[in-house]
Order: sequence, then C-alpha cells, then structure tokens
Amino acid sequence: MLASDLVNYGIPAAVIVVLCLSFIVYRSRRQAPGESLPSASDAAAAPLADPSLLASSNVPDSTTAHTADTSSVASTGDTVDEDSLEPAKRVESIGVTEVEAHGSTVESGEDEKASVRERTGRTRSLFSSAFASIRGKGKVDDTTWEELEETLLRADIGIGLTTKLLDPLRAAAKAGQIRTADDAINALRDAMTAQLATSQRSLNMDAATKPNVWLFVGVNGVGKTTTIGKIATAEVGHGTTVLLAAGDTFRAAAAEQLQVWAERSGAAFVRGSEGGDPASVIFDGIQSAHARNIDLVLGDTAGRLQNKSNLMEELKKVRRVAEKAEGTVNEVLLVIDATTGQNGLSQAREFAAATDVTGVVLTKLDGSAKGGIVFAIETEMGIPVKLVGLGEGAHDLVAFDPEEYVAALFE
Amino acid sequence: MFDSLSDRLQGIVKRLKGKGRLTEADVDEVMGEIRTALLEADVNIGVVRDVVARIREAAIGATVSQALDPSQQIIKIVNDELIAMLGGETLKITYASQPPTVVLMAGLQGSGKTTSAAKLASWFKSQGRQPLLVGADLQRPAAVDQLRTLGAQISVPVFSEPGDPVATARRGVDEAKRLGKDVVIVDTAGRLAIDEEMMRQVADISGQVSPRYTFLVVDAMTGQDAVGVAEAFHQRLSIDGVILSKLDGDARGGAALSVKTVIGRPIAFAATGEKIDAFEQFHPDRMAGRILGMGDMLTLIEQAEKVFEQDKAEEAAQRMLEGQFTLDDFLDQLQQLKKMGPLSGIMGMLPGMPKEMKNAEIGDDQVKVTEAIIRSMTREERANPDIINGSRRTRIAKGSGTQVSDVNRLIKQFLEMQKMMKRMGGMAKPQGKAGKGKAKVNKRQLMREVGDMLGGQGGIPGLPGADGSPGLPPFFK
Repeated sequence: MLASDLVNYGIPAAVIVVLCLSFIVYRSRRQAPGESLPSASDAAAAPLADPSLLASSNVPDSTTAHTADTSSVASTGDTVDEDSLEPAKRVESIGVTEVEAHGSTVESGEDEKASVRERTGRTRSLFSSAFASIRGKGKVDDTTWEELEETLLRADIGIGLTTKLLDPLRAAAKAGQIRTADDAINALRDAMTAQLATSQRSLNMDAATKPNVWLFVGVNGVGKTTTIGKIATAEVGHGTTVLLAAGDTFRAAAAEQLQVWAERSGAAFVRGSEGGDPASVIFDGIQSAHARNIDLVLGDTAGRLQNKSNLMEELKKVRRVAEKAEGTVNEVLLVIDATTGQNGLSQAREFAAATDVTGVVLTKLDGSAKGGIVFAIETEMGIPVKLVGLGEGAHDLVAFDPEEYVAALFE
Repeated sequence: MFDSLSDRLQGIVKRLKGKGRLTEADVDEVMGEIRTALLEADVNIGVVRDVVARIREAAIGATVSQALDPSQQIIKIVNDELIAMLGGETLKITYASQPPTVVLMAGLQGSGKTTSAAKLASWFKSQGRQPLLVGADLQRPAAVDQLRTLGAQISVPVFSEPGDPVATARRGVDEAKRLGKDVVIVDTAGRLAIDEEMMRQVADISGQVSPRYTFLVVDAMTGQDAVGVAEAFHQRLSIDGVILSKLDGDARGGAALSVKTVIGRPIAFAATGEKIDAFEQFHPDRMAGRILGMGDMLTLIEQAEKVFEQDKAEEAAQRMLEGQFTLDDFLDQLQQLKKMGPLSGIMGMLPGMPKEMKNAEIGDDQVKVTEAIIRSMTREERANPDIINGSRRTRIAKGSGTQVSDVNRLIKQFLEMQKMMKRMGGMAKPQGKAGKGKAKVNKRQLMREVGDMLGGQGGIPGLPGADGSPGLPPFFK
C-alpha cells in the first residue's frame, strides 16, 4: 500500500471507527440505564473532557504577531560596556584550550580532566567491578563475552553498537589474536576510543560575522536552560560579551529561569511574551546583540519531544529565522541527558533533520548514569559530543575528551 | 508510544505465523529476537534475562503440550509476562481518613516532577477533591514560578516560601489544614540518587509530612539507569508508585517498565502529553496490548463516551443499523471525529492496524478539505451522490477550492464506505439483539463486535490472534 493511499483511506477509516464507537456508546447507554460502566462513566464525569487528550501536542500558535512592544530587551547590570569590547577573534572550544588562553573562571585543563574521572567515578566503578571478575582470568570464554556485553549494555551503549564492538573482537579471539580476558578488555577500550577519535569538537566562534549564535535544542527536561547558564558564565568570565535569548516561550517560568542565569552570569537578556513566537524572540535577540556589538547569542528553545511534528516545524522556523538576522548561527547544540536510553538515537535523528545539529552536550553525567547513548549517536550519526555537564554548579561544564572518558570507563 | 517494541514483536509474530509447530531452533531464534526487542526498548538487562528465561520455559512447555498455533501461544505468553512486568492491576488511590492526604513527588532533575505535580492536582480535582500544591523545590531557578503558573491555569492554590524546603513542605501541610484542603501535593527539587545530602533532605521532608503516597517520577526515555535510581529512592523514601512522564514521545519506555519488577511498586499514572489533562491512571493490561500492537479499544471507547453527545451517537447507531449512510452522515461523523483528537492517536489504539497506517500523518488539513468538499454540495447531491455529474463536480471543486480529482476521490471513498456500512449494519443487528437481555454491558463483547465489524476475525486486546497481520479489514487492503 502506498503512503498516499493511507492518507486517502485514513479519513474514511477513521469515520467508520467513529461510527462503530457511536454504536457502542449508544448501546452501552441504552442497555444499562442508570447502571453505569464503572471506569467509563467515571471518565465521562470528569469535567476535563478535552478532545485532544489522545495526543495533545498543541502549542501556542506560532504565528502570534510579534511586535517590538511584546519583547522587552533588558541589559542586566553593567555587562555590556560597548566601549571596552574587544573584538574576539577565535575559533576554539570553551573547554580546555580556551581555559588555558584565559586562565580565569573555569578550572584548569588538568583539573577538568581529573574531574571527569572523579565525577564519573560511579561509571568507572561499575565498569571496573564488572571487569574485575573477568580480569586476570586466563582464557577468553563465553563468560568473558557475556560480561563485556552486559557491561556495555548497562552503560546504555545499545545492543546494536555493542554487537558491532564485540563481533570483531570475537573474530580476533577465534583467530588467536586475543587470548586473555585482559586482551579483550584492552582491545575493547581501543576500539571505543577509535570510534570517537576523529571528531572535531571545538565550538565555533567567528568574530568576523558578529554576533555568533548558538542555539540549544532537545527534549523536555534535559537541561538546556542550565547548560546555557553555565556557558554564559564561562564565556563572560573570558571577557566575551553574551546575550541570552529566551526562546522557550512555552514552559511556565522558563524565561524567568533563564533571566536568573543572565543576572548570575552578567549576560544581557532578551525575552518575549509567554506563549509568543519563539523564532521572533531569537531574531530580536540576535538583532539586539548586533546593535550592541555583543559577541555571542545563546538561544534557548522550548523542550519538545521529537515525534511532535508541529513542534519540530516550529523549531525549523526558529533556525530559519535566526539565519535571517544579522549574525551567524554557527552552532546548534543538541542537549542529551546522560540517563537517556536508546531513545537518544531517535532524538538525534529527528533534531538533526530539523535543525542541522552541529554537536551534542551530554548533561547530568555526575549521576549514576553512564551516557553511553552518545557513543551510538556519534558513531551512527557522526554528531560529535562537544561538552559534558558534571554538576549543578556554574563551572561544571567541560569539554568532552573521548580518551579521558573511555579511560575513565576502563580504569 | 512504545511503538518500536510492538513493531519488533509484531515482526516476530509475523514470521511465526503459519508455522504448525515450533522447533527448538525456532524457539531459540524467537527468544533472541525478543531479547533484542526488549533491550532496544531499554528494558533493564537483569529483567530481560529473567523474562526471556520465563518466556522460553513457558514456550517450550506450550509447544509440547499442544500443536495448536504455537505463535499465538507465544504471543499470549509474552502478553502475560508484559502485564506482570507492567504491574498487574491498576493502582487504586485511596484517601487518608484524617485529611489531608499528602502526596510527595520525587525524582531526578528534569524527569518532570513539577509538571506532573500540577497534572496530578488536576486529576485529583477531577475526582472531586480540593488539592493544594506545595512548592518545595527551592533549588532550581524559577521552579516555584513554574508551579504557580501551572496552579493558576488549573485554579489550584500554590503554597511556597523561600528558605528551607523541609520547613516549607511542613508548613504547606499546615496551610492545607487551615484552608480545609483534602489533598496536598508536595513538589520537591530534582536530585541525583547518589547525592547523599540531597537524599537526606528529601527523606527529612518525607518524615515531616508523612505522605500517604510517595511517587517517583520517571522519564519514559530513561535507559538502564532507571532501575538503580528507583532502588536508591525506594530505599530512602519507600516509593508507593511511579509516575511515567513523557510517554507521548516515541520512547519505548522499557526502563520504566522494569522498575515495577525491581522495586515491586506499580506504575500509577502516565503523562501522555504536554497539556495539563493529558494524564491518566496507568492500566497495565491495556498497555501490554498496545505494546504488542493489539490495540487499546477500552481507552478508545472511554474516550468516545467522554466526548460524544448521546443523541448524535444514537442517531448514528440507528442509521448504521438501518444500513443507511449519506454524505451528510459522513459530515456529521467528521465532526465527532474531530472531538476524538488527532487521527494518529485513534489509529494507534485500534487492533490490527498496519504500522504504516499508524505512522501516516493524517492532518486536520485533510479533514478540512473533506469537509469543504461536502459542504460545497447541494442538499440533493449529498442525499443522492449519483446525480453528481461532470459539471457538478467542476462546480463543487471550484466551490471548495479543490481539484476535480479531489472531488472524484472523495465520492469514490464515500461509495466504498457506503457499501461497507450496509454490510456492517447487517452484522450489527443480530448481535444487538443478543446483547439486549444483559443488565450490564460486557465491554469485551462489544470490542469483539467492533473487531468483527471492521472485517477482522476479532482483533481483541488480550487475546491471541490479534497479532497485526490478520484481521485487517478489507477496507485497508
């Protein structure tokens, strides 16, 4: 059956279903006068009979007229001193390299590496405890492979990638190249590191077309707003002028949350009206930054589930409109929660299709979750992981270092 | 929701179909597939191991005892295991004899506690209760603002004060007593299970407010870590149930499903959309049906009962029994259809729908176009479409802003529907009589009838046979 047929038949089919349902409703009411169907009549009594209950994915109308009046542009504090702005000319990461260049706010590169290891301590211990039982065991046998597989699966690396990682090792074992369990563990570590070796992970900053614009996208609750707050803090600390644009006009009090971060970090702040058009807020933010010679605009967007096509369309529009403003969109960062399971792949696929994602920010890696889904995202989609969130503090966002990360898993 | 798991399982079933007897190799292969399907759905690896072992045992026993279509037996076994995994029965909410009934919300950052708290308040309201929301998340910037905004939307008062979350929670309960509120929902800050200090804080809150229910909010997209997190929270707080958030995504939700197995507490509620009222009590048996692609007719029927007007439904049913169906009826039904929400949602709940059908996005636009075409017809034309000749078609197309081909297609569709309606009317009649004597309506029976009416051999949730491949109405073929 062709897709067009499905659409053609969809409406009649649904109408027939509705007819059948009418019939059932009618029958059940006629047959049982006074005697209610327990669950159903409870539901019927509920005052909240919203017809869109089934898949309610409604959003505030994105076509809401947006005028200059509806958006208030607020510069917080003394952060934007236009006279003293130095032209920032750099293409580098806010992580290690930049820290060395600027020296200040964020911990030194050495400390960061240490902190990745330290704070993913739980990850490491899970891996090492699993490996401990097979380490030192002379020969590779079925238990070795089972344990390796289970360990990878527990880290949310996924059955597909796990099989891809282990199959060549199994073959090597058969060929006699891998003899001991330790060999297998080392080979696995090398393979995982190799998977991540080639990506370019620096964040793009190009002062020639100021302001630089970084957009943050992702599903609900992954930590987009917090990530923006942390990046703003780090960048302002390096002397970059930053503006935060509150493109999340949907979630209650999202703009207030971002405003708190703007005040804390000393960044300028632009917001629109709640329920307003997010694209125009981002646009206004970029225009405002351009007028005030600000280096970097961090654009927040509302969390959205990737299967809500109308919301994904809205996001496409945000990206499109942002391109039209007087700045350069040079990063679209997909924020992924480290606890995310295999759904992370679907998130990456859909958000990349909608907005041309340039990198991943992995948040909440300081918990017990291992964030293994980013391996799958990077290897299968080629989207590099750029930053890692390791805590709630303003300085707990560091550059993603694959070697350190894999090493931490295997120590 | 849970689409991919059901897709995979349906694929397995399709291949088993027609096999008279399963060999041990078949069983091995099937178990491998089920294992992969469950792992891809983020079901916890430990749980997967147990479940697969149990299914294998049951499957081997079943194939030995009877040769009767083994694929159906396996489906039934998987279905039973899924229901067990999902938690058996729906959690029944009871209230404290000494009000207020205190509910504590806990979970990781970003799991959806604040939104769920408001949705839960709205649900209690719909049960005739008077809830108070207490904002004890003093950690995240503007979390209390968010709760206040949501509270205002559903007209539920919100209590919060800056300072100490433990004291705030306690005073919130006092405030509820003062205001005569009978339910208090305490929202807490998101915390990591390994953060000792924060875990102690939430345990303190729990000690102060003595909740009747402590709900752990779990994101449906969570991976393997969900089980460890749930165990840690359960140890400190003694969780009573899980609220599954973001279930309207395409996440397979397996991790959350594993939670029940590990901590022995059911999934109490599920959030199925961004709107405040997109929040339902969780029905394990129905969800198992959905996972296996056997549809969820019960939810669909409840939905219909909620939104259909009685006289309209009666009229439609009468006309169906008489085997009559005009374009005006078509138009009426479109109005009813719109009340039911998005088409894709309806399709997802029907038994035996092909995957393509479920995924096809049938937008409101198409409904609008269809409406426009019918509304551009005269009364006479609607009653008797045979008279719609070439020049009438051109006029209708012009009037509705469509092409003649659109009009042609609609008329063709309508004629097919009319044929089907006649057939269904005939089928519905005797069964209608048979059901008359009963005092209470048997919903399973009704569902079976609908399955029959749709032309299948009964795509009934909870029963083998509704496996996606057969039972496809001729209409869809």
